[in-house]
Amino acid sequence: MSFKRNILDLRKRKKEAQQGGGEKAIEKQVAMGKKTARERIKAILDENSFHEYDLFVEHTGRDFDMEKKVLHGDGVIIGTGTMYNQPVAIYAQDFTVAGGSLGLMHARKITKIMDHALKMRVPLIGINDSGGARIQEGVNSLAGYGEIFYRNTIASGVIPQISVILGPCAGGAVYSPALTDFVFVVENISKMFITGPSVIKSVLGEEISMEELGGAMVHSEITGNAHFFAKSEDECFEQIKKLITFIPWNNAQKALKFPTQEPKIKKSIEEIVPVDPHNPYDIRDIIKAVTDGSDFFEIMEYFAKNIVIGFGRIQGNTIGFVANQPMYLAGVLDCDSSDKAARFIRYCNAFNIPIVTLEDMPGYLPGVDQEHAGVIRHGAKLLYAYSEATVPKVTVIIRKAYGGGYIAMNSRHLGADFVFAWPTAEIAVMGPEGAANIVFKKEIDEAEFPAEMRKQKIQEYKEKFANPFVAASRGYIDEVIEPSETRARLIHSLEVSGSKVDQRPSKKHGIPPF
Amino acid sequence: MEDNSSKYQVFVVNSAKYLTLTTTKYDRRKKWIQTDPKEIRSIIPGSIIDVYVKPGQKLKAGEVLLTLDAMKMYTKIEMPFDGVIKSVNIAVGDKIPKNMVMITIE
Repeated sequence: MSFKRNILDLRKRKKEAQQGGGEKAIEKQVAMGKKTARERIKAILDENSFHEYDLFVEHTGRDFDMEKKVLHGDGVIIGTGTMYNQPVAIYAQDFTVAGGSLGLMHARKITKIMDHALKMRVPLIGINDSGGARIQEGVNSLAGYGEIFYRNTIASGVIPQISVILGPCAGGAVYSPALTDFVFVVENISKMFITGPSVIKSVLGEEISMEELGGAMVHSEITGNAHFFAKSEDECFEQIKKLITFIPWNNAQKALKFPTQEPKIKKSIEEIVPVDPHNPYDIRDIIKAVTDGSDFFEIMEYFAKNIVIGFGRIQGNTIGFVANQPMYLAGVLDCDSSDKAARFIRYCNAFNIPIVTLEDMPGYLPGVDQEHAGVIRHGAKLLYAYSEATVPKVTVIIRKAYGGGYIAMNSRHLGADFVFAWPTAEIAVMGPEGAANIVFKKEIDEAEFPAEMRKQKIQEYKEKFANPFVAASRGYIDEVIEPSETRARLIHSLEVSGSKVDQRPSKKHGIPPF
Repeated sequence: MEDNSSKYQVFVVNSAKYLTLTTTKYDRRKKWIQTDPKEIRSIIPGSIIDVYVKPGQKLKAGEVLLTLDAMKMYTKIEMPFDGVIKSVNIAVGDKIPKNMVMITIE
């Protein structure tokens, strides 16, 4: 026996194992418009950087004739590699092997790479493409899921965790992505649900397709489970590669600094915003007017469109933007927008990313559905997240800042480091229309021409209170600035906040209104 | 962004009218309807295992009206307050949808 023979034997074994479920299964995968697990890993990582582990792991199923079956790698590929020459850990479920079903060893492989990622403080990327629990392995499958969820939770806020849903992800399996920081979905490929269409039909008599129940757009637009929607796997991989440039490798680091660029927006910033506070515009144009190269990477673009969140850079540093969007639902706060923004703020805080808030919002969305959906509980998340955050926090009030929403949108009172207001800002307990109706009720009711009187009183209130100067006179805002100064002010305020220290009482953890 | 100005709707918040777009989820929200306590509705689809009452029957609060099999569980539905049964719209063996008026009380 020579080395050569051993090596040839090893190569043969590797080649066989790397075949996964074999040619036919791969053909089927491709026919569904999907890439194979290996192709996916390759597409995300730097060229030739992937190192695999546990290729020879075999399943331990001994019931229902499972002992006769060979499942290469037990349906999941794990390893490490690099992105932009920095280390990352990755796993990809291989649907060609027993439908990517999760048995004990499959889960052991995933938890092994998770432990590694956490110990080495590197991001973890999980590619989900699985039919669910391997029923033949019974409670061992459940144990496997539980051990993954536990690690997702322990690693949360320490290393970035990214979930990519590239196939079915159903039943218990959905909770691992839900516990991670960012979930990527692809149209017609991603399917996420607790209970599938067939069970829903048999139990409840409700008929619905998989795509309508838990497709990519449903989770992007309706449930808010997904953060990034793509039309193809390739587009999805580009999104992952872009996201990773904005975030630090772990919670003890800062995101990579890039060379400073001036914004590309040609229009002057005043031209974007209509002076009449009742007219809409796209708040993303303002974000792009202040970020380097006018680059803004939006997160959860389709969910709760009345608030915009995402990353941009100012002087090369990653900034998390939270901004009311007057274009949708007048930019009101509601259950979903509070939820969306609060989680993002907590992400930024956990990973040392300063937060810039752009405010233009008329208040909370009125309605029985909102009240009964718990707008109090969800709204409180936003207050909690802003108050809790100790990263630099800067607010710019563009137009409306009324009532509870004024407090919630990173006001001075919740610990904002800098608050600026445009001269068009209206900082008041409520809008002139609502306030006049209450404050001048008697005068309006008793007037000979109530409509005229109402108009006059609205104007009166507007002049007196719907401006930034009352708040400025109390020091609640630090400076009323010209719109064109916005970027310069942000640059300076973030610069002087660079070494911010904000010590809080030590505690196990707070009790946010989950 | 595309020009959406033709799709703007008037949206009222605290007496002020704003021009804006709406979202799919907002458009699909369910309107709240006052429920009538005299209507015993199914809160989940299922099948009727037993019906214990007839129209005209006088009952006290807490007395069992019917047994519903839903989600692998037999649930006994009770009389919410003292009253007389007006109608019984279900029979043993019926498969019923969610939100069906099963029994009405006078």
